[in-house]
Amino acid sequence: MSMVLNEEQRLLQDTIDDFLSTNAPIDQLRRLRDTHDYKGYSIILWNQLTELGIPSILMPEEFGGFGFGFEGLGAVMQSMGRNLTASPLFSTVVLGASAIELGGTVSQQQTLLPNIAAGQLTLALAIDETHHHQPIDTAVRLKEQNGQLSISGEKVFVLDGHSADKLVVVVRSSGNAGDTKGLSLVLVDSNAAGLQINRIQYMDGRNAANIIFNNVRVKRNQLIGELGSAHTILQQVLDRGVVAISAEMLGGCQEVFDRTLQYLREREQFGVKIGTFQALQHRAAQMFCQLERSKSAVLSALSSLDKNSPDISLQASLAKTLINDCYQHVSNEAIQMHGGVGVTDELDIGLFLKRARVSLQILGDSDYHKNRYAQLMGY
Amino acid sequence: METTKQFRLDIRNWLIANCPESQRQPIIKDQQIWAGRHRTFYCGDAKLWFERMRDQGWTAPSWPTQYGGGGMSLEQAKILDQEMKALGCRPALYDIGLWMFGPALLEYGTEEQKQEHIPKIVRGEIRWAQGYSEPSAGSDLASLKTRAEDKGNHFIVNGTKMWTTQGDKSDWIFCLVRTDHQAPKQQGISFLLIDMATEGVVARPMELINGDHEFCQTFFDDVKVPKSNLVGNINEGWSVAKALLKYERNMMSIMSSIVEKEEGDIVAIAKRYIGLDSSGKLANNGLRAQLSEHLMRAQGDALSALRLYQQHKSGVVDGGLGLTMKYLSTSEQQHKDELLLAIMGNRGLSWHDQTFSISEKKTVKNWAYNKAHTIAGGTSEIQLNIIANKALQLPV
Repeated sequence: MSMVLNEEQRLLQDTIDDFLSTNAPIDQLRRLRDTHDYKGYSIILWNQLTELGIPSILMPEEFGGFGFGFEGLGAVMQSMGRNLTASPLFSTVVLGASAIELGGTVSQQQTLLPNIAAGQLTLALAIDETHHHQPIDTAVRLKEQNGQLSISGEKVFVLDGHSADKLVVVVRSSGNAGDTKGLSLVLVDSNAAGLQINRIQYMDGRNAANIIFNNVRVKRNQLIGELGSAHTILQQVLDRGVVAISAEMLGGCQEVFDRTLQYLREREQFGVKIGTFQALQHRAAQMFCQLERSKSAVLSALSSLDKNSPDISLQASLAKTLINDCYQHVSNEAIQMHGGVGVTDELDIGLFLKRARVSLQILGDSDYHKNRYAQLMGY
Repeated sequence: METTKQFRLDIRNWLIANCPESQRQPIIKDQQIWAGRHRTFYCGDAKLWFERMRDQGWTAPSWPTQYGGGGMSLEQAKILDQEMKALGCRPALYDIGLWMFGPALLEYGTEEQKQEHIPKIVRGEIRWAQGYSEPSAGSDLASLKTRAEDKGNHFIVNGTKMWTTQGDKSDWIFCLVRTDHQAPKQQGISFLLIDMATEGVVARPMELINGDHEFCQTFFDDVKVPKSNLVGNINEGWSVAKALLKYERNMMSIMSSIVEKEEGDIVAIAKRYIGLDSSGKLANNGLRAQLSEHLMRAQGDALSALRLYQQHKSGVVDGGLGLTMKYLSTSEQQHKDELLLAIMGNRGLSWHDQTFSISEKKTVKNWAYNKAHTIAGGTSEIQLNIIANKALQLPV
C-alpha cells in the first residue's frame, strides 16, 4: 500500500474517470440544481454505478464486496470531485455502511449490506445538532421508559437526509454533552412515525435535511453496537468519512486548478498570453505547491485507512485541514484569474467554488480539525 | 521480502553494536564531523563512529565499492538511513563532496578523476566547497565573470567567488568559470576543480546576520590549474552544474532531516514557554492554532518526501512533486523559526546578553541564519519560475 497507484488501481481510476466524464458530466449537476430534483442525484447514474460495483467498493468480499479498499475509494471520490458528481456514495457507503460494518450485528450486516451493494438501500448519518460539526456535543436523547426506547430532538444539516431510506442517528443514552461515554447509534427508517424531515438545498446544488424526532420509537435490534458505547465506532466511521470527503475535495481542487492553468495558457491580453505574467505564474506555482502537499496528506490518509494505522485520526484531521485550506484558496484564485468570466454562472468555475465551501463544512472545518489535531498531539 | 527484512535486521544489529551511545544523541552543530585535511573530532566516540562507518563505506552507502563506497542499492541505502534515524544515530560525516559533488563526479568525471577524488570523499579526507555565485552573479548565475585562460597544459584563473561555505576551512573547490567570452552566457562556461592550497587562492570570511562567519568570499589571483581538473568538456560546464543541482536537492533533504530530530521539540518548547490551561490546552489559543498549522504543513511535506520516494521506486515519472520540495521546506523552516520566536516572546530576542540561555540564543541565531534558506540554492522566486515553466507548462 502506498501513495502511488498500482496497476489495478490505475485501471479503476481510468475506468471511473471515463465513466463519470461521459455519464455524469457537470451539466448533470446543473440540471439537478436547476430542476430542484427531488433526490438531488440521478437514479439512473446510481444504478449504473451499482452495476460497476461502486457501492460495494469497501465491503468485505463475503458480503458481495469489491475489496478495493480505501485507496480504490479514493480514486472514485477524486473522480467524483473532478466531475462534481452528485451520488449517495458518501452518505450511504462511506458513512452508513461503515457504521453497520464496524458496529452492526451479524444479522444487521447480513440484511443491510447486500442491499446497499445492490443499490437498493440508501442511508444518511444524522449527527450534527448545530451549524458547526462537534459530535461530542451530541445532546439528542435516547430515552428508556418502561423498557421502551425512544428518540426526541432535532438533527440538522443531515447530508442526503431528505432522500435516504434509513438514518443512522447519533444519540445520547447517558451522560452530558461533551462526554465520550453515553453515545449510541440507532438505525431509524425514514418513514418511521414521529419523524419530520425538512429538506435543505445547499449553494452547490446538493441536499441535506433538518430532522425532528418526536418521540420516535426504537427497538433494541435497531441499535448499532452496545448501548452507550458507540464513541469508538463513531470515531472510526467519521475518520473514514473525513478522509473520503478529503479525497473528493482533492479531485475538485485539482480540476479547478487544471482549468485555471489552461485558461492562463490560452487567454490573451496586452497582446500576450496572460500565463506569461510572473505575477500570475508565481501564484499558480504556489497553488501547485500547496496542492501537492495536500495531495500527499490525502493519499497517505487513504493508505493508512487500508493499513488500519493507529494514527488514523491524526492523519484524517491533517488531510482535511490541508485540503480545506487548499481548495478554498485555489477556488478563490481560480475566479480571480478567470477575471470577469469567472463570476458568471455560465462558467463551471463558480460551481467548484460553491462545492468547495460546502465540503469545507462537511465533518468539520479547519478550525475543528486543527483543534482536534492539537488534542491528539497532547497540547 | 524476507531478504529485505533480514537486511534491515543485519543493519540494525550492526548499528546497535557499533554506534556509541554518545553518537545516538541529537546532533548539535558544533559536534558535526566535517571532512577535510584538518579534520578534528570533538571526542573519541565521534572518531570511532566515523571510522567504523567509513570502513564499511557507509559514509557513502550507495556509491560503488571500487571507489570505497558501500555498494548498496538505493533501497538498501534508504533502509540504512531509516534505521539510523530510528536509532537516533548521528550522520558520521558531513561534506558537500559527499552530498553534491561526488554524485555528479561519478556521473560526469573521467576514470582518473573518480579514482583521485571519490575515495578521499568517502574517507572524509578532503572538504569540498562550491564556487558558483559571484558578487555580481547571484540568481543570474550564467553572468559569472571569473575566467580561466587556456595556457596550453594549464589554465590561469582570475576572479572572485561568493558564498563559499567554510571556504577558509575547505581543501578543494569546484568552480564554474568562463572559458569563452564570445559565446552566449551558458555556453562559454566550464566546470573546474581547484586545490585551494594553490598559490593565489585566498578565502576571506564574511560576517552574517546571525553573527557567524560560515561563508567566505574567495579570491583567485593568477591561479594555475592543471587541465586534467576540467570536468566534462570545455565550455560545457553548465550541464555538469545542472546535473549537480539535482543532488543539491538531496542535500537539502539531508539538511532538513538533521533538523527533523528537533521537530517534536517545538511542542515541548510551547508547553514550557506558554503553559497549559486546566483542560490541558496551550494557554494561548492563537499560538496553539499556529502550532497546529505549522506541524501539519511540515507533516504534509514529510509525506511528500515519502511519496516522491515511492514514485521513484515504482518508476513513476512526475517531475512536478520534486520541484515543490525546496520551496516548501525552506519556507516552512522560516515559519517554524518565526513561531518559535513568537512562543518565546521577549525571551526570543537574545543576542549576547547573559539573561538568555544557550538554547534561547541558539534559536535566535538559527532564526537569523535560516533567512538564507529561501535564497541559497536557487531563491524561492527562481523555484516558482521553474515550477511555473516546467511543471505547469505556463508560457515563457
